[in-house]
Amino acid sequence: MTPRALEAIAHLVSDGGPVMFFQSGGCCDGSLPLCFRAGEFTIGEHDVLMGVVGESPFYIDHRQYEVWKVTRLTLDVVDGEPEGFSLPAGPGHHFVTRSRVCEVPSPS
Amino acid sequence: MTDLLEKGAAASSDPADNVTVFVAPGVAGSLVSLKPRYENFIGGEWVSPVKGQYMDDVAPADGRVFCQVARSTKEDVELALDAAHAARRAWGETSLTGRAKVLNAIADVMEANLTMLAVAESWENGKPVRETLAADIPLAIDHFRYFAGATRSLEGRSTEIDHDTVAFHFHEPLGVVGQIIPFNFPLLMAAWKIAPALAAGNCTVVKPASPTPWSILKLAELLEGVVPPGVINVITGPGAEIGKALATSPRIAKIGFTGETTTGRLIMQYAAENLIPSTVELGGKSPNIFFADIMNADDEFLDKAIEGLVLYAFNKGEVCTAPSRALIQESIYDKFMERCLARIAQITQGNPLDTTTMIGPQVSSQQLDKIESYVTIGKDEGAKVLIGGETARMGGEFAGGYYFQPTVLKGNNKMRVFQEEIFGPVLAVTTFKDEAEALELANDTLYGLGAGVWTRDGNLAYRMGRGIQAGRVWTNCYHLYPAGAAFGGYKISGIGRENHAMMLEHYSQTKNLLVSYSTKPMGFF
Repeated sequence: MTPRALEAIAHLVSDGGPVMFFQSGGCCDGSLPLCFRAGEFTIGEHDVLMGVVGESPFYIDHRQYEVWKVTRLTLDVVDGEPEGFSLPAGPGHHFVTRSRVCEVPSPS
Repeated sequence: MTDLLEKGAAASSDPADNVTVFVAPGVAGSLVSLKPRYENFIGGEWVSPVKGQYMDDVAPADGRVFCQVARSTKEDVELALDAAHAARRAWGETSLTGRAKVLNAIADVMEANLTMLAVAESWENGKPVRETLAADIPLAIDHFRYFAGATRSLEGRSTEIDHDTVAFHFHEPLGVVGQIIPFNFPLLMAAWKIAPALAAGNCTVVKPASPTPWSILKLAELLEGVVPPGVINVITGPGAEIGKALATSPRIAKIGFTGETTTGRLIMQYAAENLIPSTVELGGKSPNIFFADIMNADDEFLDKAIEGLVLYAFNKGEVCTAPSRALIQESIYDKFMERCLARIAQITQGNPLDTTTMIGPQVSSQQLDKIESYVTIGKDEGAKVLIGGETARMGGEFAGGYYFQPTVLKGNNKMRVFQEEIFGPVLAVTTFKDEAEALELANDTLYGLGAGVWTRDGNLAYRMGRGIQAGRVWTNCYHLYPAGAAFGGYKISGIGRENHAMMLEHYSQTKNLLVSYSTKPMGFF
């Protein structure tokens, strides 16, 4: 993850407690990592924990994981409000996952 | 298109070449009146947000703020629910004739303001005005008329259980429903949701998408005096705040949602907490399949098939059912793609309010960034860029807009650009050898919303249509959305159907009166 993402997570946690991420699948939410308060999104038996950012777990749907595992993901923050139900990464900002194609699945 | 231009001729038009460029809202001479700031539409009135906060609404064509809308909070959601509940009983008891009359009145007032709504929708979303004039708004109008008719023909069934016992079935309204609208067809998707809910006797609280709250408020302005107060309420604001407050409210009887799959899961989770039903229309990665026989003749049908492939750029690709995977039979690939690429090269991009513009800007900078990043991923995975592939730079007043070139990537179906919904004008194309491989590739996706099949062989079309796991298989056509054709997803593309009279059932409870016309006791006690 980028320092900016870490800083945004730290702010969110100090403001309202722990957060979690779930990778969205495209469409209107723009393939954004959706950020929720910890426990807000019910994790199912088949969801995959891709990694932990700071102290926040980052999950993905198991079917989507099969497609995404060829890419290395970096969590970052950019301008603009999130478009779905995700918490913003601070006022006027949202989280994004940047993907780089790699051989080994190793989320950062 | 002739008809389209007749309806659209309004602003600065040049009769010499039939070009019409509408004046942007906020500029003197525009067909669309614009206030600097919009409130929530609650109980038939314009109500300021409780906390007094507003958010900017940006026009994607130039990246500039053109108005502000309420940045509502959960307190505003409660106000909207109060209004809806206050109207619920009277609307639920309104006769089917009375409900149909209101739905037809909505259609009539929209029709009288068709061009104004088309310009507003185009400016806020970025979609070309030729599309809003010919598709979005006429379809939305027809949708209200369709459900006005459907509700009149709604019949409850009665069953003669035995000679003296009859089971009567009545449709009763659910009550107050919550409806969350996506940004890609703000008015049409609002119509898809509002019309059946009202037809079935429900009141609704509508939450438009954050990037496109305004055109629905322009529609609400037309509804004052047309729809009884409280039957339709519109509140604007962030999804994480008011979308959540609405979807989790114990005061709604159903939640309707169109959007992304993960958020759809969250919506269903919220619905489960309150034990209420949900309809979720989610993402897609629809295959568009072209069999070799389409090139058996160079005729009108082949021309239609070429257009059928290029329809991936319709609404700049921001469509859940966008035909974003083209599967082309190997034997015609080179010749067919050559024709398609030539057609794509002719796509004109620019001011969405110019009726000659074929593709406008993406809805937001976020969407533009995402599309760019997918094209990079595609290239990294080995896909070849056949055309486009870059953001499109516009000059002058549109320099700040969010434009992306119509793009085609050649690759294979395992690549991420073939498996994920890019929601932009990016087509992923690959080839197949035979019918079996076509079907395998078509179904090798998590999604199952739409599909297209192009062939001159009716039997082949039927086999493919039945074999593809998707809710809608366009056969020798694409991107038609007539009211009366059920629409919804297989697999992770959603649950439930829209756009059909069966929606009346989805927005109703079934009341069974089990009546005995016998005086004889049962004899147990």
